[in-house]
Amino acid sequence: MTADVRRPATPMEQQIREHRSLVQRALALGGGWKFILGVVGLGTLIALAAGGFLVVGGYLDGRWYDIRDLGIPTSHLVYWMQAQGLSPAVPYLTTALLGGLGILSLVGGWLVIGSWVERRVIAKFQIRQGPNRVGLFGLLQPVADAVKLMQKEILIPLGADRLLFFLPPILIFLPAMLGWAPVPWAPRMSYVDMNVGVVYVIAISSLGVLAVFLAGWSSNNHYALLGAMRTVAMMVSYEIPISLSLLSVVLLTGSLQLSQIVAWQQQYHVWLIVVLPLAAFTFLFASTAEINRTPNDIGEAESEIVAGFHTEYSGMKAGLFLAVELGNAILVGAMMSTFFLGGYTLFGLELWIPGYLILATKIGAVYFVFVWLRATLPRFRLDQLMGFAWKFLIPLAIIQLLVIAVESMVIAQSGLPGIVTVGGSIAVNLVLTFVGVRAWASGIGYVSEAAASTPLLTNTVGGLRAAERIRVVS
Amino acid sequence: MTTANEPYVLNIGPQHPSTHGVFRLRVVMDGEVIRDVDMIVGYLHRSMEKLAEERTYTQNIPFTDRADYLAAMSNNLGLCLAVERLAGVEVPERASYLRVIFAELQRIASHAMANGTMVSDAGAWQTPLLYMFREREKILDLFEMTCGARLTTNYMRIGGVSFDPPPEFWPALRELVDEMPARIDEYYSLVQDNEIFLARTQNVGVISAADAINGSLVGPALRGSGVPWDLRKAEPYCVYDRMDFEVPVGRRGDVFDRFMVRMEEVRQSTRILQQAIAQIPDGPHKTEIPLALRPAPGEVYGRVEGPRGELGFYLVSDGTPAPYRFHVRAPSLINLSLLKEMAVGASLPDAVVALGSLDIVVGDIDR
Repeated sequence: MTADVRRPATPMEQQIREHRSLVQRALALGGGWKFILGVVGLGTLIALAAGGFLVVGGYLDGRWYDIRDLGIPTSHLVYWMQAQGLSPAVPYLTTALLGGLGILSLVGGWLVIGSWVERRVIAKFQIRQGPNRVGLFGLLQPVADAVKLMQKEILIPLGADRLLFFLPPILIFLPAMLGWAPVPWAPRMSYVDMNVGVVYVIAISSLGVLAVFLAGWSSNNHYALLGAMRTVAMMVSYEIPISLSLLSVVLLTGSLQLSQIVAWQQQYHVWLIVVLPLAAFTFLFASTAEINRTPNDIGEAESEIVAGFHTEYSGMKAGLFLAVELGNAILVGAMMSTFFLGGYTLFGLELWIPGYLILATKIGAVYFVFVWLRATLPRFRLDQLMGFAWKFLIPLAIIQLLVIAVESMVIAQSGLPGIVTVGGSIAVNLVLTFVGVRAWASGIGYVSEAAASTPLLTNTVGGLRAAERIRVVS
Repeated sequence: MTTANEPYVLNIGPQHPSTHGVFRLRVVMDGEVIRDVDMIVGYLHRSMEKLAEERTYTQNIPFTDRADYLAAMSNNLGLCLAVERLAGVEVPERASYLRVIFAELQRIASHAMANGTMVSDAGAWQTPLLYMFREREKILDLFEMTCGARLTTNYMRIGGVSFDPPPEFWPALRELVDEMPARIDEYYSLVQDNEIFLARTQNVGVISAADAINGSLVGPALRGSGVPWDLRKAEPYCVYDRMDFEVPVGRRGDVFDRFMVRMEEVRQSTRILQQAIAQIPDGPHKTEIPLALRPAPGEVYGRVEGPRGELGFYLVSDGTPAPYRFHVRAPSLINLSLLKEMAVGASLPDAVVALGSLDIVVGDIDR
């Protein structure tokens, strides 16, 4: 704009103008330094490539390691241990520790990256920059935040139940981590591929509410108690649509095992979100309620009850609540990908790309949807949210369940080719989704408010009589 | 064992994300439903009315900036018009046009802030607020270009305005006015068709036209209830009688209507700006008045239509350079008094949105 031409730069503008990223600073270095940096960087890359080639290509121990399936090196390790004559507990514990460490470090790293991604993406939605000071593109901002949070004093409010106040940040972390156990990252690559995986997922996801209620109750704070009551009410309501939507997945695929659900989608070359659009939507929406994200973040509605159940927590304890919130979003992304988006498969591409990378991409996509929702939507009110669950999602999910029961029998026992039976199911479910939803909505007396009233325009002024006159005219 | 029923008292504020400043609500709740509301004000009281009695009329103009800090231009204008009527000062035509231009720019900036924060109160994570800040920033740039300040402008003077805008002001203003209609359409599409926002605001915090008049509501809150009352039409000051614009009026008097009335007023302000740019004559921007203006003994009540409604200045002169009495009729304070009508019986989220729709500024309430 012309406005900025004659005005001297403000300190902030000056700072932005003078800011140089690490790359720009490196490019501005003298010739000698640039040469050294280049040699070191190139040398590192060449050394890494050579090392990878040596290990993966089998030049080291005569074995060809397939990086697409991390189960192979692990099973080699187990065989080696068994060959040494160790007791069976040793390979069991070793692989358990390795897998646990792997998942923990992966999720931990994701928390760090995820908070940066969320802030940057929301900033782009809101036409601003986002964190861009600490490190390259502000990538180290989460680290700086964590350091700051750890330095802060941890306050315990007067009248708080000290033990119960101490527990929730730890308790709430457990389900967020335990939920990762049955996720299949690639064929034969999951921490525990249990045959009751879906039941386990539902059980674990309802554990979090305990910690939330403890936090709200023990804080001795009215905001916290309100937030906890809201969250408990919401989670109790939304457990049911989640379970019902997963039940239709189980009915259709005929298995409670997560790897089998993915295998079903691989077998029929179709994602379950296409076959079960209503269940997928129910799961996604109910999950946002379960993990307290917009538009259902009424448990910690900032504009109403400040921070909800974790109002009184400070320092790293508050940081843990925030991290778990993000971790839960990623976990729901993993569940959504596994149940409805084909898991680690991508229409044959999983033979060439490691399955865990495909799954990670899908998780990232679902997470992006969550961030998008947060940047776009206002919040529901508690009664609207509960009404939506009980009047809308649950009856529709039950109807869908009945339809799926018939369809799964047809798919399993009719002997017709999959393209006919599954295709027919897709058509039926699409009709059910788009017609049934509308019919049910009008059936329970819901009127779309999209036809919003626009203000009347008038050229006269006056009091009550003028107001009545205008209303009559319109 | 007996159990005692205690009222569940929630103390919202003085520091709270949605009290828009330091203002306190003492809410008695029954579950999620509000049974009683106490509005406790005074945390930002700076004793302006008393301080004003020790200063000359010109020295009092900066105080009005700090009263309603989101509408400094309109507040300046209100005081200057009152003093001019008290002392019989003539204002050049160009100054009147400049006053209209800046008052309307201020209205757009203030409504952008009001609507943005209201949607944030409804739970949208600050996105609408930042979108509306985009236009507000350009308007504040225009203010800075003209008088050097962005928020507390201290621009109007008794008998005119302090500076004529610099040459680069006019192209920038025209650019802004040209792009405003498209921007307003963008906000409409973002917010108006949003089912969640409609569900949160329609039929929430309803005030009937009769209640609005009985409760002395003013500004967009009054017009949202369906009463067509705008001082720019009813009692034109400056050159508003030469402008062609319409008064938007709501249909039901709910939160959504107040929101839409503000939105529509931005569109009408853009129309006024277009006409003012086309009509503005050349000439002086100020008449010379004595440094220590001594109006004849008497009293005056001057009022303007600020972004929040009727802003009145009641001045009593005793013939000295300082006012004998300086009273401000602040729109925010009187609008706030109807919050109880809206909040009791509603749920907490509804009360927060209703408070946001009243568009209070705590500096204006407490002064």
